[in-house]
Amino acid sequence: MSGGFGFFLNLLVNGIVVGALYALVALGFVLIYKASGVLNLAQGELVLLGAYIGLTFTTELQIPFALALLLTIVVSALVGVAIERAVLRPFIGEPPISIIMVTMGLSFLIKAVIHAIWGTDMRSFQGLFRSQPIVIGPVAISEVFLWGLVAALILLILLNAFFKYSMLGIAMRATADDEQAALSMGISVKRVLAATWAVAAMVAAVGGIFLGNIAGVNPLLTSYGLKVLPVAILGGLDSIPGAILGGFIIGILEALTGGYLDQYLTGIKEVVPFVVMILILLIKPYGLFGKEIIERV
Amino acid sequence: MLKLLRYPFALECGVYVTTYEQDHALHQTPLAVARGWLIVALLYVIPLLLSNYHLSILNMVAIYTIAALGLNLLTGVTGQISVGHGAFTGMGAFTVGYLMKQGLPFWVAMPLAGLAAAAVGAFFGLPSARLKGLYLAIASLAAQVILTFFFTRADWFTGGIHSMSVRRPSFFGYTLSGELSYFYLALTVALILGLFAQNLLRTRMGRAFMAVRDRDLAAEVMGIDLFRTKVTAFALSAFYAGIAGAIWAPYVMIISPEQFEFHLSIELLAMIIIGGMGSVMGSVYGAAFMTVMPIVVRELAMMLEPVFPSIGTKLLLIRDAAFGAAIVLFLVFEPEGLAKLWRNIKDYFRLWPFGYQR
Repeated sequence: MSGGFGFFLNLLVNGIVVGALYALVALGFVLIYKASGVLNLAQGELVLLGAYIGLTFTTELQIPFALALLLTIVVSALVGVAIERAVLRPFIGEPPISIIMVTMGLSFLIKAVIHAIWGTDMRSFQGLFRSQPIVIGPVAISEVFLWGLVAALILLILLNAFFKYSMLGIAMRATADDEQAALSMGISVKRVLAATWAVAAMVAAVGGIFLGNIAGVNPLLTSYGLKVLPVAILGGLDSIPGAILGGFIIGILEALTGGYLDQYLTGIKEVVPFVVMILILLIKPYGLFGKEIIERV
Repeated sequence: MLKLLRYPFALECGVYVTTYEQDHALHQTPLAVARGWLIVALLYVIPLLLSNYHLSILNMVAIYTIAALGLNLLTGVTGQISVGHGAFTGMGAFTVGYLMKQGLPFWVAMPLAGLAAAAVGAFFGLPSARLKGLYLAIASLAAQVILTFFFTRADWFTGGIHSMSVRRPSFFGYTLSGELSYFYLALTVALILGLFAQNLLRTRMGRAFMAVRDRDLAAEVMGIDLFRTKVTAFALSAFYAGIAGAIWAPYVMIISPEQFEFHLSIELLAMIIIGGMGSVMGSVYGAAFMTVMPIVVRELAMMLEPVFPSIGTKLLLIRDAAFGAAIVLFLVFEPEGLAKLWRNIKDYFRLWPFGYQR
């Protein structure tokens, strides 16, 4: 493979950008898991749903991108609340298998709804971002990647601030920490859980819009839901910094294996994240930053 | 024998066991034994009256039952979630195809395929030494992804992206080419494995499985080797899946990696959820439900065609929605599945008209 250092740098930057988007989607998993102990396997469907909603606003209703993004976030948040209210509420505290399967069932339902509304054809966001790449030194980066990175970073910072300083964010952390204690402090756990799903759907939607801009919008986008699982697990299912770091690790790893190894063994880059995840889990069973559960007899 | 003569139609009306042997008995009353044999006899006789189309459905039910039994032993009985059983089934299917290509007869290749799947299952069960719950589930998802990658890449073994053709097995020169003869094969294997699973639950090993599910720490304190029990459960469960794959491959005759992807794993999980976790009969009900449901949905959609002309193009959508809705509704309203529903019905009639609760 030619290219040397420039090629490596390009892969690295691409990995960082994709990693930021992975981090965003993984954040959805972590938020829901932290607040309610539910591993949401329908996260990929929320990503796709966000992409389609964004698509409808921008290309069909011709709303300017920034406003469309905002509207998508609002609509997705409502969808998240609706899902929590309609499906997930009876499952708090149920065994993991029920939770896995109910979110799996949910993912099929969402997929069917998306299919009913938008069909299954490949669609793309047209002309939102210029197609010629921006060149900085040896690195060429396409505009959509750059904006994706910027949006992801802004969102990650905003969320961090939200969890640190806002009342609702603090309530969410309290609920995640100890539901009983939160209840006795007068926190409405129901409202917190609804808010959690809203935030998870929001970040999924933002991830969906940018991923859809990069790869086109079609049902294959839901595969990000599974793809991002190693990210969430790697960082620790209940750690927000873990999700962010995990996103970058997996993104970079995927870009590098894609660039260097895929020509010898097509498809290897899909597998490497899972292999790395297993290896790390064998050393640290709760991920890099996950809370270790100490069991006493 | 005397007991049998005295009250031939006695139903059990309470728990009156006085020894552990009685408590562990497979059946409590003579009638239950007779009923069991009657059902087995009917299973062998009724297919003679069915058309090839219905037999093909029964064949798939039998094959899915074997795989669901295995997953139920692992997830329902031992409490370890596996999202990789589709791949273990594939392992069995490709192994049987590969071995038969090498000239081995089906009767040798099938058990070997089961063992190959068991080995792979045990290997991917190793993380259970350190992981549990959701983390273990996602680790088994890694098994699915890695094995799918292996199936699509290993041309020498699976034919890769080209599909692989598998011959029907023959039995003393008689090839099982028809639906009926193949059903007898699938049924016999399913019955043997089902009986094995039911009996396993009555042994020390089976009780250890359940103890691990109910509270792993308590089980360990009582002297159960957690790691060995979990890996055994993974291996045994993958063995069932492998046998299911080994019967599947010659049945459909053409297999390719995409038949054994994540989707199959989810379908198998849905079967044991809908059928009933930890119940042998539940695996059968679940497999039957999941095989018949898409057919019923299609028939219903076709019936509605005059009203909604474009419904034919939306079949996939409707099937997805029905699949998702079935899982969610069962989890919300009857988490113990069809097996529990059936037991409720039986209990109601057993006490009727004196049931004090419904």
